[in-house]
Amino acid sequence: MEFFFEVLLGGLLAGVMYSLVAIGFVLIYKASGVFNFAQGSMVLFAALTFVSLLERGIPFWLTFGITMLTMVVLAWAIERFMLRKLVNRPPITLFMATLGLSYMIEGLAQAVWGAQVHGLELGISDEPLELGGMLLSQFDIFAAGVAGVLVIFLSWLFNKTRTGISLRAVADDQLAALAVGIKLQRIWLIVWAVAGFVGLVAGLLWGARLGVQFSLSLVVLKALPVLIIGGFTSIGGAIVGGLIIGASEKLAEVFIGPIIGGGIENWFPYVLALVFLLVRPAGIFGERAIERV
Amino acid sequence: MTAPLLQLDNIEVIYDKVILAVRNISLKVAPGSIVALLGANGAGKSTTLKAISGLANAERGEVVDGRIYYLNRDITSASPHSLVELGLVQVLEGRHCFAHLSVEENLLTGGYVRHRSRARLTESLEKIYHYFPRLKLLRRNQAGYTSGGEQQMVAIGRALMAEPKLVLLDEPSMGLAPLVVEEIFEIVHTLNRQQGVSFLLAEQNASIALKYADVGYIIESGRVAAEGTTADLKNRSDLQALYLGLEAA
Ligand SMILES: Nc1ncnc2c1ncn2[C@@H]1O[C@H](COP(=O)(O)OP(=O)(O)OP(=O)(O)O)[C@@H](O)[C@H]1O
Ligand SMILES: [Mg+2]
Repeated sequence: MEFFFEVLLGGLLAGVMYSLVAIGFVLIYKASGVFNFAQGSMVLFAALTFVSLLERGIPFWLTFGITMLTMVVLAWAIERFMLRKLVNRPPITLFMATLGLSYMIEGLAQAVWGAQVHGLELGISDEPLELGGMLLSQFDIFAAGVAGVLVIFLSWLFNKTRTGISLRAVADDQLAALAVGIKLQRIWLIVWAVAGFVGLVAGLLWGARLGVQFSLSLVVLKALPVLIIGGFTSIGGAIVGGLIIGASEKLAEVFIGPIIGGGIENWFPYVLALVFLLVRPAGIFGERAIERV
Repeated sequence: MTAPLLQLDNIEVIYDKVILAVRNISLKVAPGSIVALLGANGAGKSTTLKAISGLANAERGEVVDGRIYYLNRDITSASPHSLVELGLVQVLEGRHCFAHLSVEENLLTGGYVRHRSRARLTESLEKIYHYFPRLKLLRRNQAGYTSGGEQQMVAIGRALMAEPKLVLLDEPSMGLAPLVVEEIFEIVHTLNRQQGVSFLLAEQNASIALKYADVGYIIESGRVAAEGTTADLKNRSDLQALYLGLEAA
């Protein structure tokens, strides 16, 4: 039984890492109704910029600041040269644009920082920690803590600030948001910058775990089942979705794996997502459209 | 005669570069008045209002000819944001509340442009609750789950948060029971008398609009077909059956 809980808890903690990536998608999906295919590239770009600056001997927090600034500039450029040109276009057009954007960001990252793999050391050991008889990864606990702080920050932003309430207003009804005088362009800039920030945090944690390399942008593939389960419009859903994926894939690997052969971890989340799609297409926390006249 | 608050000179509005929705509309709104735009489906009432508020642009509409003046400024191509700053706000047809926001959050969004401080915002909010006591009871409810009449109140209250001089009100009666329509128009009337807010309202329900408005314009296929004080319009027998759908007196 203790072993079961150890696997479960380890899975939950690992799931938080998926949630982090998924949150970036949710932010942009909420504000502009588009699945931002480039989120993975943003994670990569942020991590690569960070690690390259750090390797040049710049102190940690300064590096963090510069990288964040770079993400804001990126958000500005995306709003100025892409979103602004595509207002009022169907979502599929925007989606295609983010597809192109994703390659542009990756190309940019490669041109500026090169293609080699970098190790990233955040100074948190990956030594297992013993807690109540269970062995848990220190790094995972740290990542969960970071995600917790991030979620508290985001929910404060969304529910208590003018910017956040305006942002949710834009998500609900763009025309009405314009009518009350909200500047869509400003909101988009902020959302993409915040998504860039979330991408940076996710990039650092994933980078420290896997090394900073181009395959990092593939973590988006893990975020997809998380989004399907949690819903595309809820940050809480992204967290719960991540936890479900993390826990279930580890449990499946350990307890079902020996029976039907290993490697379950790699496909199990997608099967689970498929089941959810059939049963509950909007996800657990997805916003149902309110139909009422 | 005092200078008009709003003046449209021969405006022409085209959607998607080809669809001519408004051909030639001129009208005036005097300070402190209620003006009604009447006309059938597709006459061009909403388009006229959106041309004024700058929202037509967001639907790929464009004022290609004519000029619009507000407070003696040319606002023909002004952004909605800058017009809200000047106290000109539109309430959209079909209410367009932010469905997932609470009633109070809906109202707050209306005040952001004009009120920088939290204190001013709260003050404005209390004023809205004074005119719409029902909204105070519903303040924490999700706007999407309130009734049609309540949503219309939210939409009007949200616009009033900007402390406007002129509200463009599009079909406030749409889909509401007669009693509720009466209630909404009574509030409009009170706001007009007590706060001096001017209204330019588009309505298919001519009888209620003429009851509360000072001046009316009848729009047909994107043109002004008739205009005059509401008393005059009500007495013109040629208009009754054609446009106003009123019982012959
Ligand atoms: N976004 C748009 N794109 C293209 N054409 C439009 C658009 N909005 C309105 N139109 C067209 O412009 C004309 C005027 O429409 P408008 O909505 O202004 O009429 P209305 O008088 O408000 O009608 P209703 O009483 O039904 O609201 C119509 O022929 C309509 O089809
Ligand atoms: Mg209309």
